[in-house]
Amino acid sequence: MADVIDLQGVEKSYPKPLPTKVLHGIDLRFPQGSFNSIIGSSGSGKSTLLNVMSTLDRPTKGKVFIDGKRTDTMRKNALAELRNETIGFVFQFHYLLPEFTAIENVLLPYQIRHGRVTDEARARADELCELIGISKVKDNPSMKMSGGQQQRTAIARALINNPKIIFADEPTGNLDSETSKTIYRLFRQINERFDTTFVIVTHDRRIAEETDRIVEIKDGRIETDIRR
Amino acid sequence: MSMPALKIALRFLKSGRAQTVLIVVGIAIALSVQVFVGALIGSLQSSLIDRTVGHSPQVTVLSARDNNVTIEGWSDMVTRIQQVGGVRAVAVSASSNAFVEKGGKVAPALVRGFDLTQADKIYGILDAIYSGTPPPAADGCLIGKELSQDLNVGVADNLTIATAFGTRTNLTISGLFDLGVASLNQGWILTRLDTAQGIFQFQDRVTAIEVGVTDVFKADAVAADITLALSNPAVKVQNWKDQNRELLSGLQAQSISSNMIQAFILVSVVITIASVLSITVLQKSRQIGILKAMGIKDRAASLIFLYEGVLLGLGGAVLGILLGAGLATAFSTFTKGAGGGSLVQISLDTMFLLQSFVIALISSAVASVLPARRSSKLSPIDVIRGS
Repeated sequence: MADVIDLQGVEKSYPKPLPTKVLHGIDLRFPQGSFNSIIGSSGSGKSTLLNVMSTLDRPTKGKVFIDGKRTDTMRKNALAELRNETIGFVFQFHYLLPEFTAIENVLLPYQIRHGRVTDEARARADELCELIGISKVKDNPSMKMSGGQQQRTAIARALINNPKIIFADEPTGNLDSETSKTIYRLFRQINERFDTTFVIVTHDRRIAEETDRIVEIKDGRIETDIRR
Repeated sequence: MSMPALKIALRFLKSGRAQTVLIVVGIAIALSVQVFVGALIGSLQSSLIDRTVGHSPQVTVLSARDNNVTIEGWSDMVTRIQQVGGVRAVAVSASSNAFVEKGGKVAPALVRGFDLTQADKIYGILDAIYSGTPPPAADGCLIGKELSQDLNVGVADNLTIATAFGTRTNLTISGLFDLGVASLNQGWILTRLDTAQGIFQFQDRVTAIEVGVTDVFKADAVAADITLALSNPAVKVQNWKDQNRELLSGLQAQSISSNMIQAFILVSVVITIASVLSITVLQKSRQIGILKAMGIKDRAASLIFLYEGVLLGLGGAVLGILLGAGLATAFSTFTKGAGGGSLVQISLDTMFLLQSFVIALISSAVASVLPARRSSKLSPIDVIRGS
């Protein structure tokens, strides 16, 4: 299967406040449709790796390819377009726009891409809300939902443009264990249904156990890479 | 890829409703003051101009000869002057100083002979007659309010005009006028052109060709055109601007100070919008960051705040102009002079209002450029790492 994510010799350093090298020569590939996790303790560099991989941040050295396109040298606008069309994000905080309702938030990436919302897009958003179980609250202002519902909305938003990859950084870090389980089940369901590639960063080994591949990061290097 | 930047801007404004209302009202108040000050000073100036030169000729053609104050061949000159652009009315006059006598009382007066229908277009004489009628006969005349009181005479009374060269002519008062200026009311005796020509033995000659212009501020240019059209060394052309330099520089100083006040008000509008929007960018940086992670481009991210600025400006401008116009109307209505009439009649010029509106809009757009740039420079990673 083709690699949808390809990192070659990626290094990342921060000059400020003290010069620090966070990632040391990472080589990593993820095939299309795979279900992966990156684990590591706090400060290991796993989130930095995810940010560089997901084009939110640029590597200091090395190459990053997303869906066959080199992203570390791409211009900002091209990156924005790539992110919009190819990538969905789920963060520890839902980052919903409080000015919009749940369904409007779900539709935002679509609107960024197409400008207008078509009936088809609305139907797809409704379907996604149904899939992730927020149909009843989809017209609520995004701030008037429970933490679990907000995170589900964020997942639906990540899916609206039918992305090839979903990057999730501690997506259940703020949720209770029962809701967390539901969210992971949902991820797996989406992975199987839409062939979406998942890269999930977590510090929780039990969660990582649920994925097909666990990459462990320690001090900015790949410590272990276990496929099952 | 297009972007619902306008929709987001509207939502941002709606979500911070109190803040939005406050800033719109702030802009509106500042703009209403600008509109009010501009309209007030403008109206004061035009009413001052109107009072000073509105009811008098703005350009006067006089004899250039030292030994003779009269002009010959004036009817050809009138025809030429009427063809000059910017000329509104032309009237010839035959005027000279004389003494007016009545029952042992003697007063100095300027006897002025006009074709009254022509002169009315310049002086507004017919409207100024408050008693009696214009002279129907050759021996009729009009005298001013103050002179009639001094001589204790009224309509149908007789006067004697005594000239320096010893002639005496009897005239009958056909009406009384009030031109609103005491010195004119006291000093002028108005009569028909042929009557004055007869009294002073001018024959067919006149002493001045008086011109009213459409734009009083272009009187000097019109005067120059008339000089060129006449090209006659026997006459000289004067205009009110050359003769009222002090007044003009006073008006100019007033205009400059008015413009400065208006400019400072607009600067304060710009600063208000810019500072509020800058704070909004900070408040919304998380939203902007996440929108960027979802693929919004820098240009669209900055457009959000540009739209916000223009929308705030639009709301403030509409409200401000209504408020300013209302303020000006209220001022005109409620400030009454001693006579019960409006002290200052503020006229609202549509062009001026439109100009204020457009300037306010442009100012808001300019004010939002800096916040928009900030928004454009925000990076999603800063927001995500920052939390």
